[in-house]
Amino acid sequence: MSQLGQLSREGLWSNNPALVQLLGLCPLLAVSASVVNALGLAMATLVVMVGASTTVSLIRHQVPSAVRLPAFVMIIAAFVTCAELLMAAYAYPLYQVLGIFIPLIVTNCAILGRAEAFASRQPVLPAAIDGLMMGLGFGAVLVVLGALRELLGQGTLFREMALLFGPMADGWRLTLIDDYQFLFFVLPPGAFFVAGLLIALKNSIDQRREASSQPKTITPREQRRVRVTGTIK
Amino acid sequence: MLHASQVDDRPRLTKMPSTGGIMRWVIIATLPGLATMTFFFGLGVVSNVVLAAAFGLGLEALVLRLRHRNLRPLNDASALLTGVLLGASLPPASPWWLIGIGMVAAIVVAKHLYGGLGNNPFNPAMVGYALLLVSFPTYMTLWPTPQPLWPDTLVSQIMGSTSLEQIDSLSGATPLDAFKHKAEEVSASQFWANPPLPRATLTAWEWISAAWAVGGAMLLAKRLISWHIPVAMLGSMTAAAALLYLFNPDEAASLWLHLFTGATLFGAFFIATDPVSAATSQRGKLIYGAGIGLLVIVIRTWGGYPDAVAFAVLLMNLCVPLLDIYTVPATTESQAATGRAQP
Repeated sequence: MSQLGQLSREGLWSNNPALVQLLGLCPLLAVSASVVNALGLAMATLVVMVGASTTVSLIRHQVPSAVRLPAFVMIIAAFVTCAELLMAAYAYPLYQVLGIFIPLIVTNCAILGRAEAFASRQPVLPAAIDGLMMGLGFGAVLVVLGALRELLGQGTLFREMALLFGPMADGWRLTLIDDYQFLFFVLPPGAFFVAGLLIALKNSIDQRREASSQPKTITPREQRRVRVTGTIK
Repeated sequence: MLHASQVDDRPRLTKMPSTGGIMRWVIIATLPGLATMTFFFGLGVVSNVVLAAAFGLGLEALVLRLRHRNLRPLNDASALLTGVLLGASLPPASPWWLIGIGMVAAIVVAKHLYGGLGNNPFNPAMVGYALLLVSFPTYMTLWPTPQPLWPDTLVSQIMGSTSLEQIDSLSGATPLDAFKHKAEEVSASQFWANPPLPRATLTAWEWISAAWAVGGAMLLAKRLISWHIPVAMLGSMTAAAALLYLFNPDEAASLWLHLFTGATLFGAFFIATDPVSAATSQRGKLIYGAGIGLLVIVIRTWGGYPDAVAFAVLLMNLCVPLLDIYTVPATTESQAATGRAQP
């Protein structure tokens, strides 16, 4: 099942929608002020992404290419409506907090991008896995961003988790710094800043891994010819 | 006797001062302003500047070390100047952590993340100030009323152990702040008939503005800044403020309030003229300065902040790359177009 491994690696790391493709940044930056907001949006996006990728793949032979984009958007909008209604039914307080950003998942170009670039050309199973992994990758970045911003901005973690998990989550709040507020990280500019740091961190980890994976010995001269096709290993 | 080869008599223009030399002169030119502020608001002004300058040098050294650069740029005193300017912008006797956060934003983020001195698109001191103003509005708006040189709470304020309520009791609004937050139904003339702030506060701000103007005159006399930016900025502010005042004298702040009771003169001579983040050509400088002046009036009149120099400067910093493209001096432009120098 090497395809599963490759799709996971791409979705979660090497082609992460938030860190590499830089798609869907509007909700990413707007809603990531706390873990609970980020988690709520991450789950909604994940549901929409898996559903949309699977459906797009299912109908890929029936939709003429001239009208494919409107068709994809309709499909995505249908799933977003489902996610919105589900959230209104089961997590109404969080639904109210997230507000306009739930319907706006329709315009999340990470979803349309995967539908167009991957799902419309692949069989159902890989498309579904790709949607799942891309959604997880997006969601993971969203939650990490939410956690960092909540920590740096308000000194807490998991505050107001009851919005999502009900009364049993009342005691989950961790106060790491007492009586602390740093508004910059709560406001949108802080989201840009922390997202930039996460991207830099990802690139730096990649560079370090590449540097350490390269053989220490110098390649013989005759093997260092310029190759114009394919990747240079 | 010198040998002929040792005598350097080639014709040349006047010697250009080094970056460090310029920075040191600008720091000297801040002294009248800083001294006047200290006279009215006490030694908290000095502690601000000293702490900010120390943070500036320390952070500069730290980042240069992290970037594997040698520490020679420390000599150019630019980090010191950033510290002095930020220190002068903050309310006197700001707690040390506030100054530290501001200087991290200024030196680490605004300056070195963009590549160090000469590559920063934004004025570092104003990035630090804007970050603090957005993040800690309560601390940033606590300007004291004029007070003795050594206020009782000086040390505890710097250590950050004074409670906000305690500082609040010592502080008053700045004139611009008081005017901005006057009640809706109070007209400007009623405001001035019975101003909610002591006369001493107004006097202090007038003197401080005058002292910054003296420092600015020193910079102009030494030719360390050109007249374009301050003149354009003050000119457009005057024009915009006068226009608003003519149309609506009951609501608008007077010209005097705009020019002499806030950060206007300090900004015009010491902030807007930062050679790195300002426009470079003369026409560009005029547009840049005029834009700052206009934005200051716009933000003060319709925006949420009583003083707006920092935001106006940062917004115009954003326009500088475009201004520099569209205001290339004619000769250079035709050189670029034809690919060769003009005869």
